[in-house]
Order: sequence, then C-alpha cells, then structure tokens
Amino acid sequence: MNDPLAKVKGWFTGGGLLWPVLSLAALLAFNLAYQPAFFRVVIQDGHLYGTLVDVLNQGAKVMLLALGMTLVIGTGGVDLSVGSVMAITGALAALLVTTTALPFVAVLALCVLAGAALGAWNGLLVTRLRIQPIIATLILMVVGRGIAMLITDGQIVTFEHPTFVFFGNGHFLGLPFTVTIVALAFAATALLTRRTAIGLFIEAAGDNETASRFCGAPVRLVKVLVYAFSGVCAALAGLIATSNIKAADSSRVGELMELDAIFAVLVGGTALTGGRFTLVGSIVGALLIQTLTTTMYNLGMPPAIAPVPKAVVILLACLLQSPIFRAQLGGIFARRTTAE
Amino acid sequence: MNRKLLPLLMTAGVLVALFVAASCMYPGFGSARVIANLFSDNAVLGIVAIGMTFVILSGGIDLSVGSVVACTTVVIATLVGQHHWHPLAAIGVALVLGTGFGWLQGGLIQRYELPAFLVTLGGMFLARGLAFVVNMESVGIRHGFYTAAQEFSLPLGGKAALSSAAMLFLALFVLGLIVAHLTVFGRNIYALGGSADSARLMGLPVARTRPAVYAVSGFCSALAGVAATLYTGSGNPAMGVGLELDAIAAVVIGGTLLTGGVGYLAGTLLGVLIFGTIQSALIFDGRLNSWWLRIAIGTLLLAFILLQRFLTRGPARGSAG
Repeated sequence: MNDPLAKVKGWFTGGGLLWPVLSLAALLAFNLAYQPAFFRVVIQDGHLYGTLVDVLNQGAKVMLLALGMTLVIGTGGVDLSVGSVMAITGALAALLVTTTALPFVAVLALCVLAGAALGAWNGLLVTRLRIQPIIATLILMVVGRGIAMLITDGQIVTFEHPTFVFFGNGHFLGLPFTVTIVALAFAATALLTRRTAIGLFIEAAGDNETASRFCGAPVRLVKVLVYAFSGVCAALAGLIATSNIKAADSSRVGELMELDAIFAVLVGGTALTGGRFTLVGSIVGALLIQTLTTTMYNLGMPPAIAPVPKAVVILLACLLQSPIFRAQLGGIFARRTTAE
Repeated sequence: MNRKLLPLLMTAGVLVALFVAASCMYPGFGSARVIANLFSDNAVLGIVAIGMTFVILSGGIDLSVGSVVACTTVVIATLVGQHHWHPLAAIGVALVLGTGFGWLQGGLIQRYELPAFLVTLGGMFLARGLAFVVNMESVGIRHGFYTAAQEFSLPLGGKAALSSAAMLFLALFVLGLIVAHLTVFGRNIYALGGSADSARLMGLPVARTRPAVYAVSGFCSALAGVAATLYTGSGNPAMGVGLELDAIAAVVIGGTLLTGGVGYLAGTLLGVLIFGTIQSALIFDGRLNSWWLRIAIGTLLLAFILLQRFLTRGPARGSAG
C-alpha cells in the first residue's frame, strides 16, 4: 500500500478529486477555445472584474451551502431545508435592519443563531425521533417558506443598510467580499473537521452508526451539530442572497438551492451513502455548476434550459459512483487489454 | 390488522374535523358544490399523489413528477396548438413519453443500484429543462375537442358538478385501488417495499417490478399533465414547481409509511382532500394568506410522521416484551 504508484492509481479509481477537477478543467478549456473573453479580468477602481470573478461571486452561495451539506451527507443524511432557511434568515435580517437600530454584527449573529437553531431542530428530528433525514428536513423545507412569509408579512422588504449591502456586494482585497466569506468558512470547516476528532466522528457516524455508538463516539451529538452547521451555512448564504438584491424576497430566495448544493457535494465525490467526505471536492463541485451555468448564459442559452446539462452531469456523477457501472466500465477496459 | 388501519382512520378523522370546522366558520362551505370542487381543484395533485403512493409503497421516491407534469402540458399544447395534431393523438404521445421517462429512471435505479432520490432529482432537472426546450412560454390550447372536454361535466344535482379533470382523478383512483389490492403487480410492490431482499429470495420479479413502479408514476404524472391542460386550457413549462413535495406530503398524511410496504391508496385520497380543504378554507376566509397553507401542511406532516413513529414502534416493543 506504500507503493507511490498505487497511491496515484488510487486517485484515479478511488472516486476522489480527479473527476470533478477534470470536468472543471474540460469546461474551462472549452471556454478558452470558444470564448476567450471568459478569461479576461480587468482592474477597475482597485477591484477585479471579469467572468471568472463573477463565477466566484455567484458561486459563493452554493459553495457555502455545499460546505454544510458535505458534512450532513458525510453522516449519511441530507438537508433539504437549506433553501427555506436562507429565506427565513434573509427575511429576519431585512426585518432587523429596517425596523431596529441594531449594528449589523448583531443582526449577523442573530441570523446565524437562527440558522443554527433551525438546523438543530432538523438534527433533533433525525436523532431523537429517528425520522429519515429526507423527510425530517422536508418538513422545514415546506414550512420554512411560510415562516419567512410570516416574518415579512408577505411583502418584499427592501433596505438600504450600507453594511448589509456591503456583505453581499462589497469588495475586499480586490475581490468580491463574498469570496472572503467563503474562504473563511472553508478554512474554519477544514480546521474543525481535519484538525480535531469531529471529522472522524462524522465519518464514523456515516459509515456505521451502531458500531460508532458502541465505540463510544457521540453520534447523536455530532449529527445535531452537523445539521446545525448546515443551518449556519444556509444563514450566511441567505444573507448574501438577500444583500445581493437589497431585498428579502421570501418566495424566491434560495429556491432550488438545496438541489444545487446536493449536486455540488455529489459531483465533488462525496457519496450519498455517507462515511467519507471531501470539502475541497464540494467546493470544486460548486464551482463546476457555477461555471457550467455562466458558460451557458454566455453562449446565449436561455436560463430556463440550464437544468438540462445540470441533469446530465448529475446522472453521470451518479453512474460514476455506482460500483456496478464502474465494474462494467472496468470490464470494457479489461476486454480491450486482453484483446491486444 | 387494526393497527395498520389506525393511521387511515386518524386521517379520515382529521379530514372530517377540518371540513366540519370550516363549514361552521364559513357560510356556504359545507355544500356539495365545495366538495365537488375539491376534486376538480386538486385533480392534478391527486393524480400525481396516486403515482407517488405506488413509488413510496415500493420503498422509493420520485422527485421528477412536477417537472413531468409541466413537460406533458407543454408537449400537448404545442402539438395541438402549433402542429395541429388531434388532441387524442397528442395525449397518447404524452402518456407514452411520461411512462417511458419513468421507466428509464426506474431502470437506472434498479440496474445500477442508484439512490432513487438522486436519479429522480436528475430527472426533475431534465424534464423541467426539456419543457422549456419544447416551448419557452405558456401556450393556450384552442381546439373544438378540447373545449368540449373542458366543458363536459357530470351534474350531481344542485350547483354541484364533477369536471372532466375530477372524473379523470376518480377513474384513476378506482383503477389504482384495483392494481394495488387485486393484482399480482400490486402485491409485488408491497413485498418490494417491505423488504427488497426477502422479495428477491421469494422469487418475486424485483428487477421488473421496480422499473414498472416508476413507469406507473411517470404515467400518472403525464395523466396529471392532461388533467392540468383540461383544468387550465393551456400548457405551461413553469407549472408544478414543488408539486412533488405536496404529493409526498399528501401520501404521508394519508398514512403511508415512507419506509415502504405499508399504506393504502385510500389514505392518499384523504390526504389530498385534507390539502384541498385547508386551501379552500383559506380562500373562503380571505384574510389569511396562502403561506398558512404551507405551515398547516408542514405541521400536519410532522404530526403524522410522529404518529407513524409511535405506531411502528408499538408492535416491536410488544413482541419483545
């Protein structure tokens, strides 16, 4: 197993980062060939502008959601409620900045807390009542948008709060501020999961829950924490989405975002069965979707048709993760080599 | 046996309680006309939910239904409106396409042991995108046959009448009852949902049954699309967003276990009617907004899942003690 060649081979067959990175590279190469303007980056007023920067900026929400979703899927669960949590926290933030004089940091803290509480509720349904994750989070997904509507009283709340507007539209170090948010969130998540035992517990819970419990791993606590973390990521994404349009549009914010996030995680190489996860893969997956979307827009494809290529990538990613499909692929290669 | 019927009785109780309460609160609610309209207004949801019941009974899930409904309406409207097909031919093509789409999804799930959740998620994106490829905008259907089918209704006495969409719903419901409870295919679905491994060991044709279940759901979605064109007189590629969630909610409220193998189609009918009753009551009230529907449905969903937990845990504890 210490053979370096075997290690390299493992990257190719182990379903790790290779496929998502290759796909992303292929997509970028396609753009390089057909629309070189895709790579043009200009500096204006000390800020970088260009399609690549747009991809990072637009992809920030899905990257954030994907971070939380990766951990949830790592435990063998799934969180369908992130879109609704985005709507709730967005509505809450808009209400707080328009009706109270709270500093933005306090608003941010309250919204993050709200996201954590909503996520913890999902986690409790999953661990205490042992409801399947899809269904447990479906409840919040259905109710969440109603709650967001209640908060804003069915209106679209607009605001002009400068700090809140900066949160989703500002620039920092030449790049959109959202990139900084994602970078910080990623660094924190990576440190917490790879430098502490939490990552191990998450993978243990996803791999074999019963065995982990018998080993003394705090499976239930870890699961609740993971769902709460997903709620926090959704809260941040919700604030960005709300800040982007300077309004809380409860019926539309985060619509179908949960699917994009699951898609990013899956394409990134984290299997839906749990037990193993890759944060970098999910970020690459999120960038892949966003690049795909942006490329299609640049090619003049109507946004409504965008789901078709997305669906094809999902199904391909699914198939590539299926052991049976891999065996069939392997079979084809084996036959060829024996024929030679 | 009584234990299995208990969720069904609870659902029926909730429906009656809701209806009586609404009738007391809003004058004119407790009439045959409102009841008949419950079937007309919820025909699309009901037909989709019938297909979803089969899928959930088999232990799976189908997220693609809402998109398939939208795709069907657009295909029918485009074929009839722009290519001047006869509506019956267009409907036939749409039903075949829907069934084939479902069967393909089921085939992928069965053949490659993929999670149903993901495959149908892909199917959801695909069908939605294809609907927009067929036509970007809502298309009206103007055809003598369609107008006649839309205006055709079965008078029930007084002001009450069953619309053609409602009749489609009820006819499919009866057909569904027969398939679920009186055919070999129906028994196979229950067995598959109870335990796929046991079903295989008993020699049941699991490899054929699972794709067929998704084909049934695809057929129901396409038929729901037909009902939608009858109800609205148009095809709309943006129709039915979130319909899959409403359908799953109706099935669960109807007492069907999400783990598969346990449940009744009759419960789904009750679940759909509960959904419709809340919606009608909100419209009668006028002061409450439509988002209360989502909150009410979510709360009912939670309540029924908790009830299921309680019931399924019960027998296990009994046999152990």
